[in-house]
This record gives sequence, structure tokens and C-alpha cells, in this order.
Amino acid sequence: MSETLATPPAPPEGEGPGETVASRFAFYQRAGGVLTPLVTTVFAFFIGGLVVLLITHKNPISTYKAIFNGTGLNWFFPWISHADRINAAFNLQSTLLLTTPLILTGLAVAFAFRAGLFNIGGQGQYAAGSIVGVWVASSLTGMSGFPHIVLAILLGSLAGAGLAGIAGFLRATVGAHEVITTIMLNWIVFWLAGWLFGQQGPLQTSRERSLTQSNDIAPNTHLHVWWGNPILQGLHVGFFIAVAMLVVYWIVLNRTTLGYEIRAVGYNPEAAGYAGIDVRRAYFLAMAISGGFAGLAGVIDVLGWKFVLSVDDVQGQAGAGAVGFLGIAVALLGRNSAVGIFFAALLFGALLNGTSDRHLDPAVFPPTLAENLTLLIQGLVLLFIGADILVIYLWRARRRVVPRKLARTSST
Amino acid sequence: MADDALALELRGITKKFPGVVANDRIDFDLRRGEVHALLGENGAGKSTLMNVLYGLYHPDEGEIRIGGELVSMGSPKDAIAHGIGMVHQHFMLIPVMTVAENIVLGTEPRREGAILDLGAAEKRVRELSVRYGLAVDPRARIRNISVGRQQRVEILKALYRDAEILILDEPTAVLTPQEATELFKVLRSLADEGMSIIFISHKLNEVLSIADRITVLRRGKKIETLPTKDATEAGLAKLMVGREVLLRVDKTAADPGATMLRIDDLVVADDRGLAAVRGVSLEVRAGEIVGIAGVDGNGQTELIDAITGLRRPASGRIEIAGRDLTSADARQVLDEGLGHIPEDRQARGLVLEFTLAENLALEDYRRPPDSRWGWLFPARLIARARRLLREFDVRGGGPSARAAALSGGNQQKVVIAREVGRDPRVLVAAQPTRGLDVGAIEYVHKRLIAVRDEGKAVLLISLELDEILSLSDRILVLYEGGIVGEYGPETPEEELGVAMTGGGRKVAAA
Repeated sequence: MSETLATPPAPPEGEGPGETVASRFAFYQRAGGVLTPLVTTVFAFFIGGLVVLLITHKNPISTYKAIFNGTGLNWFFPWISHADRINAAFNLQSTLLLTTPLILTGLAVAFAFRAGLFNIGGQGQYAAGSIVGVWVASSLTGMSGFPHIVLAILLGSLAGAGLAGIAGFLRATVGAHEVITTIMLNWIVFWLAGWLFGQQGPLQTSRERSLTQSNDIAPNTHLHVWWGNPILQGLHVGFFIAVAMLVVYWIVLNRTTLGYEIRAVGYNPEAAGYAGIDVRRAYFLAMAISGGFAGLAGVIDVLGWKFVLSVDDVQGQAGAGAVGFLGIAVALLGRNSAVGIFFAALLFGALLNGTSDRHLDPAVFPPTLAENLTLLIQGLVLLFIGADILVIYLWRARRRVVPRKLARTSST
Repeated sequence: MADDALALELRGITKKFPGVVANDRIDFDLRRGEVHALLGENGAGKSTLMNVLYGLYHPDEGEIRIGGELVSMGSPKDAIAHGIGMVHQHFMLIPVMTVAENIVLGTEPRREGAILDLGAAEKRVRELSVRYGLAVDPRARIRNISVGRQQRVEILKALYRDAEILILDEPTAVLTPQEATELFKVLRSLADEGMSIIFISHKLNEVLSIADRITVLRRGKKIETLPTKDATEAGLAKLMVGREVLLRVDKTAADPGATMLRIDDLVVADDRGLAAVRGVSLEVRAGEIVGIAGVDGNGQTELIDAITGLRRPASGRIEIAGRDLTSADARQVLDEGLGHIPEDRQARGLVLEFTLAENLALEDYRRPPDSRWGWLFPARLIARARRLLREFDVRGGGPSARAAALSGGNQQKVVIAREVGRDPRVLVAAQPTRGLDVGAIEYVHKRLIAVRDEGKAVLLISLELDEILSLSDRILVLYEGGIVGEYGPETPEEELGVAMTGGGRKVAAA
């Protein structure tokens, strides 16, 4: 205990948790490795199981088994019956359908984190991407399918990039904190959607005047479904776009000068500035690219399975369960690494899907409670990520008091 | 006036941290009324030992006796109760409160149980400062008094709590030479009054001038305790480092060539918009080292920022090799051939989370061969790093090691390797040896001389007068944002000290 209390008279210079939330976060991310997120998740499920047992008096093991089957991940087991496999395939398609935007919104948050920025406006950027995507795909109906899809994807991503770019620009020029500005921009988009698709709105559907939603997108802009039945929301090719973006994320950060600049700025903006790196440009570009990922998520959902956007769709997502906000959890659990983000997105996608009343066996667990169980486990995972940061912090504080100073003895 | 009664005795103190033994069976004793210096490099275990004594760490083994009596230090509270006072390197004072308020903090005199009796506090502070010759105004606010005065307040704080043993951790690090001399006088008179003083330092000349006895620590072990009269600088340096050390760099006379850095009537504002550099003019020629001496906060930071393109001057002109770079940004200045060793290597010189290869590329990553069309080639970064690390003798990790894992001395070598490795025309070195130990300082100094001898212009800004004197071919003194004089390398320290505190005559700088 005394070790953690003891501040040495001359605090060791330099390395330590940084000043901002994002830089502290980046610091802990590097400290824990692969094990901690795994332990965190297992622990969250364990506690979740206890709650199931104590509060609902259901058997937690059979509940989790039912959730697991609801996710469709049992599809990978070779021993399940043919009938089960058909059902599992259907469930797994739904899970991956949710994983797709979560990968992208997770990337959005992670990319900004790498620059030392906290983009919590992923939901707004996702919505901006959806709105522009639905607009492009439902108008210009004369275009042929593929270029039309590409155009919608490009413009939708740009919308997300532009929105987050505003926050990046404000951070770079007047120092307005991105946490504040991105949240404010979220609400601008949510209400903009209300006007666009609302009664008498410029983009309101022409089909039925009482519906506050957009037009349906042109049928030839639907993304190709490569697994499952298109009528039953099979899995579209957007999944591969998301996976490709994981690779893009890694390459941009590790193999381009821009990524190098962004990482340098994220770790130590002062040293980056001293070395001649334009810190403000890095802030702006990092936010814009971050927003681009979230915007892409929005378009892909629209072209992949939503096909239409309603005011409720956009505004109802303002809560914490929405994919844009879940991206924060994905990035946290995935520790900003491409591989980590994939698995974290899969976990949250599976969790959302496995506990939804559509997929969870009502005989095992009451569907009315199922949604709350999702939130419960999500909350626990996040709580434990927070706790694991705390544990790492205390552990390092204990360790750092002296050895770092002693390390210098070996100099020259 | 040391008598032989022991005020304090540490026996076999061992303190282990995971992976290291910070203190290895250290014996240390302190006589009543003596000044006992604890000398050692960074990481030798001085601070750990004192933190054990002050109750901040619990030793794994060993015992502490005060006045012959075995005591256990559970916390600083126990240490204070046993009459130990500690003056930390970084003062623990509250800037907006007065001297008296700071001194009594935690043990405030009270009237009728609850009311703070500030009058009594001030009276007591005044008594103490008269008794020990520590003149301070009890009513002055901390933020309005000089660093030297603030240190007196720290000492008074300890005296107020009836300390009989005073620990000073690197007390001169923040002081001007004059203030240091004053401090030594105060310490001597405290010792004469019977106070026992432990003086922690890694500066040899200081230790020799103030201590009665000297104990040298190296890598957690006690090497020797010897009376000051038997000690020499060279001998102590050898004990500290474990090998012969060159204390003064050998160098030949400078052979200055063409002017490489020219600054004309430069005015630079600080962050508050006030002029911190007021009309500085100077020249640095190829093949010479020009040292800028001065007390911290006299415009050094702003001057460096302006030269390196991080801060735009309000007026004046900066030229490198004849090119006007007054309003150039950091990248342009670097590209024009400026090398820059920043004053804080961990905050400004390195990205600690980056690998050494990435750190070494920090200024060149945009150019071939490091990159092309925005595409980075990590293998080439590593190849270059391997070459530079060998050339500059960086130890503690290869190109893929993180900068944070290196010792301070090796971190500084990485910075130097990057800046010197780019073959600059002008090298600005700000506090290049801050926080480094004797061995690393020797290396840095040799390198700077070598850079000079390669015909580069070196501008050295340092708060260490020793460093300025041993490296510079010409010395300029910066005071309140202006150059107040130019001096040769043989100028006595005292004369520079006077100029640094505003006593110098105005001389037009070359």
C-alpha cells in the first residue's frame, strides 16, 4: 500500500498516464495485452450469470446456452443436427449483420483514439452516412447498380467524414474539445433527420404522406446477399467491406506517413510538434477518417438490410444501445487493434442478437427480460474494462516507483 | 562542529522492488551537528534510502536508530515525530498562501479550539527566521517570492516542526550560484546550532564545499564513507561511476568559420503575450560553441522556440546560413539544417511509446528513403536506426525497443543521434545534460565538442554554469530577455553569476 502512496520527491520524468482521457486510454491499452480483455469478458459473463441465477432464478448455464444458440455461433459445431444447422445459419447471419457496422464504428472510435482524440459522435456520423446513403440510393434511379452503390457509399462515408471533420477542425483551430463538439453534432444530425424525413420534409417518402420516412432505395442498389435468403435478411457483402476496412485501418496506421504522424501526435503532441509534424492537420485528418468509418457503417446498413430510413430509425438510436455508441465499447474491448476490434465487434454483435427476443428461446428465458440481460452484460463488460484499467494502473504505480530510476544506472 | 554522538544510524537497510534491489544492506550514520552528503548517480538509491528514513517506504531488512533508540517509521508522520524534516526537490508549497500559512499548514496554532491564530504563527515564524538567519517575510505570498526564498520556507517548515535532522534532496538544482552560496551559509549555521543535515546531491563541487563527510552510493550499494578533507573531485567521480571519468572536456581552441546562425534584435512574446525575449542579437559561427547562461525563466524557452520555428517572433530576424527563417515553421527550419536537442527529452524530444526506429525517423519520415508518396517503409527505418544506434553507442535496446524502456542517458543519446545524424548546420542544444549522471554527461559533452569540430555552429543553452563554462567558446548572459554581456570561457563563475542576476554591465553582443 505504501508503495502506491509514496510519491518520490522527484517524480520520474515522463512516461505515465497522459493528460487527456484519450491519451490515458491509449496508455492503458498498451499495458494489458490480450489476456485482460479475455478475462474481463469471462468475468462479465460470470457475474451476469450470477444475476440471472439470483434475480430471475433461472439456470444461468442453460440461459447462456440458449443465448449462445441464439447467436448462431453453434453453426461452427460439426455435431449439430441438420435442422439445428439451418436455424443456426439464420441466427449467425443476423449476428454478422450486426457485427458489420460494429466493426466500422469500433474502427471510427479506435482511429481517433490513436490520435489522442475521443470521437464519441460515432452515432451521429453513422446517421449522417445513413441519411446521405438513403438519399443517393433512392434518387438517381436511372443509374445502373454498381456505380450507384459506389457513389452512395462514397458520399455516405464523406458525410460521416465531413461531420467528424468539423469537430476535428474546431479542435485544431480553436481547441474546442471533441467530446463536446461531437456530441453536439450528433443532435444536429438527429434533428436534421427529423426535418428531412418528417411531415412535409424535403426527403419524406412520396409513397404515403403519413409515414415519416425516406423513399425506399432503388432495388438495384441493394447489396448482394451472399449467404442466406435475401428476403429473410441474409448476410450481404458489406461484411467483407468491414473486414477489408480492418486491413485498411492497420495499413494506414502502420504503413503510411499519415498514420505515423497520427500515432506520434496521439502519443506525444508536443514532441511531434517539435519534430515539425503539423499537429493540427493530424487532428483534423484523424477525425475526418474516423468519421468516414462511421459514415460507411451507416451507408452499408442502409444498402444492406434497412433499405429505408425513418425518423424513428435515426432518432430512436440516440440511446446508448445504438451501434455508434457501441463502437466505443468495441474499441475499448478490442484495444484499438484491428484483430481485437473484429472479435469485440463479434462479441457485441452476438450478444445483441443472442439475447434479442427473436433469437432467444422463450422457454429458457423470458423474452421480456432478455433485452435487459443484453444491457446488463454489456454494462458489466464496460465496467470491467474500466476496472481492468484501474488494476493495471495500480499495478504499474506500484512497480514504477523505483525500477525506472534504477534502469538509468546502466546508462553509458 | 560535529561531535561524535550519533543523531541517526541506519543499519543494513535493504529495499527491494520487483526486479531490482534499490538499497542493498546500506549502513549510514549521521553525527550531531554535521553535514553529511549522500552522493550518487541517478538511480544509485539515494532517494530510496531517504524515503525509507522518511517513512515513505518500509525497508525489507535493516534497522533505523535515532539518538541510539530503535525506531520504526510507519509513515512520514512518525518521521516528523522523531524530528526528521525533509526538503523535497520539488517544493510542497501552496502558491496562493502566505509564508506563515504554508509553514504552519497541518499544525496550525489555534485559539479557543477552532480559530486559526495567524498572529501567533507569524510571530513564531519570525522568531525562527531570526534565530537561524533565514530572512523571509511571513506575510509574503509564496507565488511572489523567489525560488531561493521558497526553499527557505521549506526549511523553516521543517524547523517549525522541531526537526533535528534535516534531509535536503538535491537542494541546489533550482538555485542560482548566489542562492546556492547563501544556502550553504544557512546550512553551515544550522549545523553549528546542532542541526544534523543530510545533503543529497550528484554534484561533486557542491558536496566538497558543504559536507563534513561524504557517503557514496552506487547501484544500491554503499561504496564508501569518507571525510571531505580526504576527498577530491576526481576520486569521488570514480567512486560514483566505478571508473575514471573526465570531468572537464578536453578541447582545442575553436576555429570559427562563416556565420551560420544570425539573430537580429529579436523580440518574442511568451504565452501570456508579454515580451520574454527583448531585442536579442547574436551570431553563432561554424565551428564554435556559443553558450547562453542565465537563470531559468529569463527568456530561454521563448528564444529557443523562436529559433526552432515553434513560436513566431513579434519582431526581429532569424537567419540560418544566410536564409531568412524568421517566420518559418518547425519543419522548414529543420529542413534548412537546424538540429535541435530540446530541453525536455521526454516531453519534447521523444515519443516514448514509439520504438527507437520510429523516434529516429521523427524528422525524416516524409522523405525517401523512409517513405515515398506517403507510403512508409518500416524496414528502412529499422536499418537506419541500427546504424545510428551503433554509431552513437545507444544501449538498452535495439531499433524495435520502446524509447520509454531506455535509461535517461540512452534516451538522450537517441535524441542526439537523430539531431546530429541529420548533419545539421546549426545545432541548438537546450539543457542537454539535465537529469543525466556523470558518465552520460561526459558522453554528451564529448559529442557536442565533436559536432563543433566537424564545423557546425552550436548554440548551447544551459542553466548549469559548469556546463556553459566547460563547453563554450563564447558565453552570452541572458537576463530578463536581453543579452547583458559577452564573456570568454575563462571568466570566473562569480562574475557570470553576478551578470546572470542583473548585476552585469551592458555590453553589445557580437
